[in-house]
Amino acid sequence: MAPLLQVENLTIGFPRAEPVRNLSFEVAEGETLAIVGESGSGKSLTALALMQLLPRAARVSSGRITFDEQDLLTLDASQMRRLRGREIGMIFQEPMTSLNPVMTIGRQISEVLKVHEKLSGRAARARAIELLNLVRIPGADKRVDDYPHQLSGGMRQRVMIAMAVACRPKLLIADEPTTALDVTIQAQVLDLLDTLRRELQMAVVLITHDLGVVAQWADRVVVMYAGRKVEQALPDDLFKDPLHPYTRGLLAASPRLKNDFHYRDGALTEIPGSIVSAVGEAGCPFRPRCTQARASCGHHIPPLTVPAPDRLVACPFTSSIKAVPDAVALRY
Amino acid sequence: MPALVRIVRTLRRTLLQAIPTLLGIIILNFFLLQLAPGDAADVLAGEAGSATEESVAALRARFGLDSPVLEQLATYLNNLAHFSLGFSPRYGMPVADLIAQRLPGTLTLMAVALIIAIFLGVILGSLMATFAGRIPDRLLSVFSLLFYSIPSFWIGLMLIVFFSVKLGWLPSGGSGTIGSRLTGWAALLDAARYMVLPATSLALFYVAIYARLTRASMLEVKNQDFVRTAYAKGLTPFGVTARHVLRNALIPITTMAGMHIGGMLGGAVVVETVYSWPGLGRLAFEAVMGRDFTVLLGILLLSSLLVILANAAVDLVHAWLDPRIGAR
Amino acid sequence: MSTTGVGALRNISSAYASATESEQPTAVVATEGPAWSNVKAPDARSQQSATIAITNGRRALKVFFANPNALFGTGFLCLVIAVALLAPVFFPDDPLSMVGRPFLWPGQDPAFPLGTDSLGRDVLAGILHGSRISLFVGLTATALGLTFGVLVGAASGYFGGWVDDILMRLVEIFQTLPSFVLLVVLVAIAQPSATTVTLAIAVISWPTVARLTRAEFRAIREKDFVMAARSLGFGHGRIIFREILPNALPPIIVTSSVMVATAILMESALSFMGLGDPNVVSWGSMIGTGRELVRTAWYLTALPGLAIVFTVLALNLIGDGLNDALNPRFSGDR
Repeated sequence: MAPLLQVENLTIGFPRAEPVRNLSFEVAEGETLAIVGESGSGKSLTALALMQLLPRAARVSSGRITFDEQDLLTLDASQMRRLRGREIGMIFQEPMTSLNPVMTIGRQISEVLKVHEKLSGRAARARAIELLNLVRIPGADKRVDDYPHQLSGGMRQRVMIAMAVACRPKLLIADEPTTALDVTIQAQVLDLLDTLRRELQMAVVLITHDLGVVAQWADRVVVMYAGRKVEQALPDDLFKDPLHPYTRGLLAASPRLKNDFHYRDGALTEIPGSIVSAVGEAGCPFRPRCTQARASCGHHIPPLTVPAPDRLVACPFTSSIKAVPDAVALRY
Repeated sequence: MPALVRIVRTLRRTLLQAIPTLLGIIILNFFLLQLAPGDAADVLAGEAGSATEESVAALRARFGLDSPVLEQLATYLNNLAHFSLGFSPRYGMPVADLIAQRLPGTLTLMAVALIIAIFLGVILGSLMATFAGRIPDRLLSVFSLLFYSIPSFWIGLMLIVFFSVKLGWLPSGGSGTIGSRLTGWAALLDAARYMVLPATSLALFYVAIYARLTRASMLEVKNQDFVRTAYAKGLTPFGVTARHVLRNALIPITTMAGMHIGGMLGGAVVVETVYSWPGLGRLAFEAVMGRDFTVLLGILLLSSLLVILANAAVDLVHAWLDPRIGAR
Repeated sequence: MSTTGVGALRNISSAYASATESEQPTAVVATEGPAWSNVKAPDARSQQSATIAITNGRRALKVFFANPNALFGTGFLCLVIAVALLAPVFFPDDPLSMVGRPFLWPGQDPAFPLGTDSLGRDVLAGILHGSRISLFVGLTATALGLTFGVLVGAASGYFGGWVDDILMRLVEIFQTLPSFVLLVVLVAIAQPSATTVTLAIAVISWPTVARLTRAEFRAIREKDFVMAARSLGFGHGRIIFREILPNALPPIIVTSSVMVATAILMESALSFMGLGDPNVVSWGSMIGTGRELVRTAWYLTALPGLAIVFTVLALNLIGDGLNDALNPRFSGDR
């Protein structure tokens, strides 16, 4: 069976940069795919490209996005609008600013239903209340007339979710859905997403920089660095045995994955340098920050290889790196 | 119900804040006008031509112009408390009546001009924002700056030259065909024909302001996250603009509309003289020329009151447009 | 005819910006406590900010002169200034004196390229001489209004408390009074002359500046370098004029060009209504006298009007250019 979403060799270009290069991945029906990377790695642009909502200056310069057996890049504007909100829902990072401040949440949810399902005002409102119940907002029949500023951040993100799933989309794109929330709320929201995924049989593309989120909620993980996929694996494999030096750095920088780790015990590991240093370099984009870099890394971009079933990695030296203990690998 | 609470709360706050301002304005105006050389009695006497010292003094005594300044102020304040604006010696009628006669003319003119200005301004501004940085935007930007630079009295005269002298389409002055006994639609149409040119002259300057403001405001709103959310829902660009962008962008525009009521009143003074429009502005001008302090005081006070009321109205619209206001 | 024109419109955004800024409690000196052990440091800091201001100024100048609209505005304004200075050289006679046959249309007689009015006065001479009063009133009134407005706004924003309360109450009174009506009243009371017209325009234009300056001062007074200067015991005067004012200048500069434009419009409207200086020819008074003949000799109103429009447009183009150059936040989307 063809995957629900298939992205092939996607390249997104700005006039003077290519923030996403040659990216391929697929999402099966009902599956949660996590895309992980630090800010600037191109993961949010990828999400916007899936919705065809790229900023004006950016455009898809090559590649193919197939969703439900349609090539999204060949659809015209009105065909694409019929997909947005109905077949593909999207949740954004900032619940504070992603809702219209001057419209009640009920109207904002109803709006999707009116556009796609041609519901009457009253029916849409009833459905909006149902949806608010579905996302576990207490007192939904009263809350429906609230304005966004009357809700907490977690509540607003629930409203965003209600909006995104209102038409039972086949695919939900969640762009850093919990980054702006309190840690205690994060798990609740992710739990909700996971429950809804099962109840509504959606596939989810979960975009995050937080490996803790990945460990618990993803079926598969794609790690992006500087606009490229550097590793792909099942979460268990990834955490047990990270292959790419960047993934190893990410894991070491993530405190919550080590049970015995506490902030007081020592400073968090950082990956030296920043993603900016990768721009305009030949060879492996991670080379300037890589503790294991060798001369040959500067020659060409390492291709993705298949070191094990269900895995992909873009580093030719993974077997030798594995021999180096974590602590050494991350010293800089 | 929360909307109503919000609005009432906003209204109360606005009006409470206005009281000291209003008092300040009354006192300031009064003392300002005391500084003026000559008074109404002088002017009346001058116009009568055969004035003697005694008759002028009699006139002064009659209108209380010879009492000490503070006493005059007290009298004035006392009258105000009884909703009386005093008596105009020059026109021979109470100032309140005089103003009441002229006020509707000015209010209609201003209202029509404001509607034209906001309507055209918002449309032009939306167009500019849609084509931001491209040719239509650049052209409209220059045009709006041009409108902003044209004195209203001059464009008024030019419109008269073009539309009533050269083309003969529209009347060049007045507020209605004299002696006509039109009723219903015909009367309204007649009034509208007289209204077009003055209202356009007054509006043009504000069209420019609202266009520029709408442009800036829409560009700012367009970059906000909730607009992207709206697109992600599958709304059409028009739907996004009409339902999400415009309402948010209108919030600063209402603020500006309120701030411009005073300015528009000033503009009306000039435009009314161009079109011999029987309104408050022209009355103010006549009062200045005739040194009729009572009338002037009344007009200044009333127009300030008008500004305060307009601001209160704007606050209300604001509270209605923006649910975050008044919640605090 | 309003002082709260495009200037206020531009400033509203910066006022919003500074309002949000002032709401956030700024991290103050405490975080950098140890760094100030060196007594010279604050001076170094303010010098540093001064050099930044200068380089920013240079960058702004570059942006300004790369803008064709602003260049056109500047060029035209220079022309008007040159004309105003040279008018007595070209037309040494009083422009109010009769020199030719009345009602000559433009181009009819090469001796009077722009024609003559009903009394046989040279229209071109009138327009050239008229630029003098327009510029004089516009520039002087703006200078006065700016000075007073900046002083009031600075005091209000810097000291806050009851000073702020009282001054803002005053500003509010002036902003509630319809400014042109007030202007008419002031000029009528004081008897029209170039001086009274200038003073009256200054009186109605200062509140806008005061409000703007206050907003800037409130935002800037919380900044680290001001805190540092204060902790070193610098006097209020020094902090206000040497530390804060230079940083508050950009929006004030933008406003000033619009103020000149507005003042010129106000002056012309007053003269049009017969409230200008009766002894000096001005564009507004030319329109005012031409008005009676608008049906037959419309060029008498059209020509001086064009002079006003282009001069004011030039100033507004300059204001726009300055705004783009000094306010990078909004120049991106132009």
